[in-house]
Formats: sequence, C-alpha cells, structure tokens
Amino acid sequence: MTTRMIGERVLRSEDARLLTGQGRYVDDIGNGALEAAFVRSPHAHARVVDIDVTGALDVDGVVAVYTHEDLPPGLAGPLPLLIPHPALTQPRTAHPLVRDEINHLGEAILMVVATDRYVAEDACDRIVVTYEQLPPVVGIPAARDGGDLVHPDVPGNIAAHLVQEVGDARTAIAAAPHRLELDLAVERSASMPLEGRGVHARWDADDDSLRVYSSTQTSTSVRAALAAALELPLGKVEVIAPDVGGGFGVKIMHPWPEEVLVAWAARNLGLPVKWTEDRREHFIASAHERGQLQHVSVGFDDDGRLLGLDVTFWHDNGAYTPYGIIVPIITATQLLGPYKPGAYRVEFTSLYTNTVIVTPYRGAGRPQGVFAMERTMDAIAAHLGIDRVAVRTVNFIQPDEMPYDHQLLFQDGRPLIYDSGDFPASLAKVLALVGWDDFEAYRREARVQGRRVGIGIACYVEGTGVGPYEGAHVHVETTGRVNVATGLTSQGQGHQTMLAQIAADELGVPLDRVFVTTGDTRRFGYAVGTFASRTAVMSGNAVALAAGKVRAKAKRIAGEALEVDPSDLEIVDGNVRVKGDPAASIPLATVAVLSNPLRYAFDLASQQATQFAVGDMTGPPVRAGEEPGLEGTDYYSPIRSTFANGMHAAVVETDPDTAEIRVLRYCVVHDCGTLVNPLLVEGQIHGGVAQGVAGALYERMVYDEAGQLLNASFMDFLMPYATEVPRVEIDHLETPSPLNPLGVKGAGEAGVIPGMAVIAAAIEDAEGIPITRMPISPSELYELRTSEDRENAPVARCDDGASCHRSRYGGAGEDGSDADQR
Amino acid sequence: MTASDVSPDATYDILLRVNGVPRPVSVTSRRLLSDCIRHDLGLTGTHVGCEHGVCGCCTILLDGAPVRSCLLLAVSVDGQDLTTVEGCANPDGSLRPVQQAFRECHGLQCGFCTPGFVTTATAFLAQHPDPTRAEVVAAISGNLCRCTGYQNIISSVMCAAELIRQTDTDAVIEP
Repeated sequence: MTTRMIGERVLRSEDARLLTGQGRYVDDIGNGALEAAFVRSPHAHARVVDIDVTGALDVDGVVAVYTHEDLPPGLAGPLPLLIPHPALTQPRTAHPLVRDEINHLGEAILMVVATDRYVAEDACDRIVVTYEQLPPVVGIPAARDGGDLVHPDVPGNIAAHLVQEVGDARTAIAAAPHRLELDLAVERSASMPLEGRGVHARWDADDDSLRVYSSTQTSTSVRAALAAALELPLGKVEVIAPDVGGGFGVKIMHPWPEEVLVAWAARNLGLPVKWTEDRREHFIASAHERGQLQHVSVGFDDDGRLLGLDVTFWHDNGAYTPYGIIVPIITATQLLGPYKPGAYRVEFTSLYTNTVIVTPYRGAGRPQGVFAMERTMDAIAAHLGIDRVAVRTVNFIQPDEMPYDHQLLFQDGRPLIYDSGDFPASLAKVLALVGWDDFEAYRREARVQGRRVGIGIACYVEGTGVGPYEGAHVHVETTGRVNVATGLTSQGQGHQTMLAQIAADELGVPLDRVFVTTGDTRRFGYAVGTFASRTAVMSGNAVALAAGKVRAKAKRIAGEALEVDPSDLEIVDGNVRVKGDPAASIPLATVAVLSNPLRYAFDLASQQATQFAVGDMTGPPVRAGEEPGLEGTDYYSPIRSTFANGMHAAVVETDPDTAEIRVLRYCVVHDCGTLVNPLLVEGQIHGGVAQGVAGALYERMVYDEAGQLLNASFMDFLMPYATEVPRVEIDHLETPSPLNPLGVKGAGEAGVIPGMAVIAAAIEDAEGIPITRMPISPSELYELRTSEDRENAPVARCDDGASCHRSRYGGAGEDGSDADQR
Repeated sequence: MTASDVSPDATYDILLRVNGVPRPVSVTSRRLLSDCIRHDLGLTGTHVGCEHGVCGCCTILLDGAPVRSCLLLAVSVDGQDLTTVEGCANPDGSLRPVQQAFRECHGLQCGFCTPGFVTTATAFLAQHPDPTRAEVVAAISGNLCRCTGYQNIISSVMCAAELIRQTDTDAVIEP
C-alpha cells in the first residue's frame, strides 16, 4: 500500500528553493524594468490646490509623470466597492490617484515612472504640491462626535450601521438577577508582512496582452479588476502571484491603486514597469485593522449563565470602505464563541476617519469579538466570586447540540450554524496542558519570592473555509508527473506541500510526483482567494474531488486496456492494478498516453502503450462526453462555513516595580478537524500566537490628532523579535467537519484570535485591576496601578447587592446613564 | 575630494568577491549594497524588508561577519568578501546543515526573512558550535519574522548546531 500522506508531518517541498535564495518574489522579477514611485500626501485631510511637476521633468531618466488628469476613463473614477452590503449605506472608495480631496496620510497623488527607483524618487522630491488643509478626523471618539466630517456628504461619519438581534436581549438583561456593563477598547494594528506589496507589469504589444505579477492573495480577482479597469478582454490579461513574502490579510484587498496604475503605465508606455512598496509606504498606504470601542451589557443568573447579551461597538474603518464591512460583521457574529448567549443583540457603527483604510488582518474582527466576550466572562466570574472556568463551562454549547444554529447571518450571508466541536473536551485539554488546578499553589510560591503572576484563559470559535467555491485541476502527464493547479494563492502556508499530500492520497501516486501551482491565472482561472482560513477546506477538497475524477478516468481506461471491470482496480504507487493481483498492472503514465487518441511515440510511455488497445472501433476516437488527456477539473462549494475552535491559556508575570509584563507560558488547544499536515498546522499556530501576543503587548498604530502616523517604521512599531515571543505549547483535538469530504476546518488565523483576551485575563489575574484596553504597555499598566491606588479600590454596588467590578470596568450605571465613551 | 564633491550620479568601478567569485561592478556612489547585490549582481536571495536596518532580511556576511546590506553603500565595501544566502549552500546547490535544519524543523514559512536568518545563524554557529537555547534566542534577536513566531527558527538553529557537530561538515563559510 502507498503510505497515506494526509495526517503526516511531511517536510515542505517549497523549502529548498527558499533556503538557497532561489525564491522569486515580485521584486526579484523583471530586473531592468522601469520603476514607479509615488508622491503621497503628507496630510491626513486636505484638498489639492495645485501641482507643479516642472522640476521633475528635468531629472535625467524620468519617463513619465502622471496625475489624476492623465488617467483613462477606466481609472478616472473611484476604485470598486468589492463587497457591498445593505447596511453600508455610505460606501466611499479612493481614486487611484487623488482627484481633489485627500483623506489620509499616504494617499497617492502622482506616479512617476523612471529608469530606476532612485531616479523616480529624485523626481518625486522635485514635485511641488500645494494643499489646502482640512480638519482631520482621527480616532473613534472624534469620528463619532461628527463635528468634523471625513467625507462632507457623509453625515456623522457613519459608513454603516447594523443591528442583529435574536430574542429580546434588553428585556432579558433587565429581568436578569445580575447585570454588568463593560467598556472596552482595542487599538489599531496591521498585518505587516515582511514583504510589502509589489507589482510588475509587462505589456506585449505583439499579442495585445498584459502579464502582471503581483504580491497578492487573489490573482484571479486582480486579473478581473485589471481587465475591467483597462478595458481589456479577460483572455488578454494574466496575473501571477509569485512567491509572496507573507500576507496576513492585507494582500486580499484589491485592486490597489498601484496595481491598476502600474499595469496601465506598462501598457501606456509599451514597456515593463514595476513598483516595490517600501516600508514607510506599507505603513501609510496599505491597510490596518482592529480599532474598535465596545460597550457590553450582560444579564446572567447565579451560576453565571448568560440570559441576555447586548453589545454595541464602534468600528474605525479608515478613510474608505473598498472591502465593505466584513470586519465588523465578523466581530458581531464571532463574538459569541463557544457560548450560548441567551438573547443577543449586537449593534455596530462603522465610522470614517482620516486614516489608512481598514481591511482584514489575520483574525479579521475576531480578536476584538473574543476580547469582548472573554472579558465579559471574566467580569461575570469576578462579580459572582466563582471560578472563571465554571462560568465558561455553564455557557458552553454541548457536543450533542451540534449543529448549533445561532440564528444570525455570518460574513458569507449564510446562517451562522456551527457544524462541529467538543468544547468541554477542548477545555479539559487546555486546563490539563497549562495545569490550571495547580496554579494557586504556584501563585503562592511566587508571592513568597516577591513575584506577581497571573493566569488567564480565552476561548474562540472561528468560521473558516468561507465559500463560495474553489476549484482544482489535476493532470497526469505521460511521464507520470502529476500537475495540480488551484487558483487561490500562497503566502508561505505550505500549500504546495499540503495540497500535494491530498492529491497523492486521492490519486494513489508518490508524493514526489506531484507538483502544485497556486495563484497563476494561466493555470487556473476561477478562484476566490486566500483568506478566512479557507485553503485546506476549499482548495483541499477541490483537489480531492478533481483527483477523484482523474482516478475514475484512469481506472476506466485501464479497465479497457486490461479487460477488467474498473471497480476491480486500484491505484497504488502510480500504477493501476487489479486488486489482489499486483502483476496485472499498468502505469498511470501509460494510462495518460492511452487517454489521448493522438499517440506519437515521443517517449517511453507512449511506446509501451502500443501493447494496449482501448476504444470502441465502432465509435469516434473521442466519445461523446469525453475529453482527451488524463486530467480533470472539479470545484468544491460548501453549503456554509465550517467552524474551527480553540482555547488558549497563558501565565504572565508582572514586575511589581516596573510593571514589565512577561509571558511565562502560552498553551494552545486547537481543533481544526482532520489535520492534513500537523507540522504545518503547528507552524500556523505559532505565527498566529506571535501576532496575538504582539497585539496584546506591543503593536499599535500611533496617530496624532493631525493624522500623522508617528510610528511608521520598524524602529517604532514594535514587532516582536524572538526575545518577545513565548514558547508555545500545543495540543490538538480533532473533531472532523461533517460538511466536507476531508473533514478539515481552517487553521490559518486561529493562533491570533484569543491572544489579546488571554493576555488581558492573565494580567488582570496577576494585578487585580480590570484590563479593558489592548494593547497594554508597561507604562500603561503602571498608570493603571497608580490610578487604582488613587481610587483606593472601588466598592460599586449592583442592584443584586453584591460588590462587583462594574464601575471598575468603566461601564454605565444601573440607572442607564450613558457610559463613559472614550 | 570632499564629501560635497561627490555627485550621487558619479559611478565607481568596484570589485567585490561574492560567494568566492570576483565580481566587478559599476555603481553610483549612493547605490545601496542591498540593491547592488540584488539588481546589479542578480543575487535576489538577499531580501529587503524595511531598508532601515531593523528587520534583518538583507543580512549578508561581510568578511564573515553579519551586516545589514541595506545600511551600507556598495562603494564602501570595495575589495571585500561577501557571502549571501546563495553562498550558504554547497556548490552543487544542495543544502548545508543550517539550511537542512531549517527545512527539517519547519523553520520557514513565506521565506522572505529566511536568508537573513540563514546568514546570521551561519555566522553565529561558526563562533558558537554548542549554543544554549538562550544564546540562540539572543543571536537571532536582530531578525524579524512575521510567520513562524520564531518557535521553529530557534529549533532550527539548535538542530543545525547538532548537525554540524555530528557531520563535522564544513558549514562555516571561509572568508
């Protein structure tokens, strides 16, 4: 038997190239191409009064200088709104080059094309733009206040407002024996892949066609966007995502201004043009995420069981909404995690600010939702004086309640129905892994040594494998080489390896005969893209289905050649053979020859094939419904998303003097159904956890009130090094998804999702101070300590008579007065 | 010649010894070494992640010691020996222990930061053949990775040290 590859810790086929400098990222391609640079706005909100390019034209090597006025009709209007939604009543998107009004620092105003980047930047420096400054709107409070407007025709800066409700949450809360309110805040962060964006475009004048290499998470959609913008037939545009140096969400946004502009310039000039984003550009002209203010109102019983949950939050969507309101919709729905909320009401307002656009960053709204829910769980436990685990347990959806329908609409517009998961089992695993029951002894021991430690837990459920579809093409060559292509893209997840494992198993061929291509529209034209932890679910199952088709075809052809019933055949190690009689076999390579009635004997397989006769001489060589070639295409399109889940526990130590925060242990239990390659899944979790810890302790975008981004470099934006990321301990639970043939659920984003929540919980446990804002720096913790001392601990009383954290969480009073909305 | 006499467009003929091969090249005075390596010499394994010396993707070995090639001007290293990630493999392209360890321990994902880690680890292990985990963490703490959370990079460097000791392979790049 061929060794089953699914489930094996197979080493990556990508690595040898990448380890020897043979990777090909977009800036590695097209040496000698003209290079573009952009004049970008130094202001957050302004009007362009005048542009003087005279100085730039004198620079040797400048080929072209473009403003909005120079663009053709397809590029003159605003860029597309990718994902409309009825609640997004005031969508606004940017122009590729600023037309008149600038809405964030870094918006592109002019594009210069020159012989190289040095020269292009020289020219940019000599261009004089005159601005009329407008009052900038920065931060959610300013946006919500609505005194100044980002877009003059959008009242209150409100892009979207959405309410979803199941039951009557407010009445349920009012009638509950206990009530709490919390005000929470999460700051902006960003995907920050080490390779920024980049585009390289070649126009072929002889063929009237365009080839574009882009560092994107969706080459098929970039292709469609470029064809539309440049008014080219789709068949004349090809887009390739070469090696991509990380994405984490930011590269799913498309088309970026630079993508359409560079492609257009290449066509306009008839010469190859490239643009490679530099790090400052990535900070001020790509996308951010995470920024939200939240207000939670919850009613519960004596056991901490949720009776009603009412969440209101304000989401900062930046200057434009090209990617719609996916992020806040995810927050609103995924906030519920593994719990039954009782009656649930969620209301969000998505607000414009004069800052960089907000599009999904790994986790995509979930980290904020989990932060709200898990902070609420801990507040309930503190209020009731019961164990934090007990509160979670009593609210869990039980395994026998699956599939569980939350009666809400998810990000894909389909019902939010959990397909699988065993939350009590996951909890038991994570408690065992971290040693929850032994922690109090450890805390006492630490206290004796003058050390302050705390433990936290956070749970999440993640909708993964969002549709509508992905497809795959599997082709067996006459050499026996198996080519697999899928349209979605890779940014380092190891898709080539993981998808090859699936193809090898389904087809019965050795792994090293399988070659996978992703993200190349020349090889596969229909795809959605890589986001929402969807590759293993969507393309994984598509590859399995396509390989299954090829297997069936191979058995049918081999059956004719060997004169046996195809159902008596199996494919093992690349040979189609009679079950129980391995001697009666025929190599897949030979079957590939037989599959094509045109047989010039180019190779050994073709020569061997002459001994077999297939095909009915009374019919045509290619029968109705058949195609030549041993290949097959199929698509996987699920009824709805599949839901992975996990639970994290962390132990932190806070320095009693300096308020430094150190993560001592970080434990993960993760359920993504069938593990195709545990090595790769663990790698995904590791990276996610690092971003989660970063979001909890280090990373934030610091805008000043003028809309200047004060920390737009790696010197000031604190991405963690090896010294900042704790050791990650992992255990898996595998509850296969019943929704897809492989039983897989997504894994890409999981690690980051509960990061802020679990670190906040552990710090709160160590300090005894409510932690309501993320990230938290040592100086902020120090400040919290001193303000706690000033207040000398709160003694707010709830109407049920118990002392509680209520006022300490900054929430509204029981009389319903407005909360202190920061 | 004073600094003010230097035109940014003035070109200089320099000679670099890159991965053991003499490479004459003409560069302008302002040409970054990283750009020279990537675009003039065509060795695109050296990556540029920030161009301000923080991320470490562009780390190469200059006379055996790790440096940020984005912080150096090409003219300033005239006559010196450079080792890039391409030179960290065997002449036939097969993997040396550091690279082998990164593969076996899944020490890379997108691969963009990887060349900087490979060169840094190569230089570190040449000096520290039997490092502790803490020493490894310190050694790589000048390089950013956004994919791996460093877990498997640390394991890779530990594993590479063991591989080098076991096989007694000449993983050390001779300057």
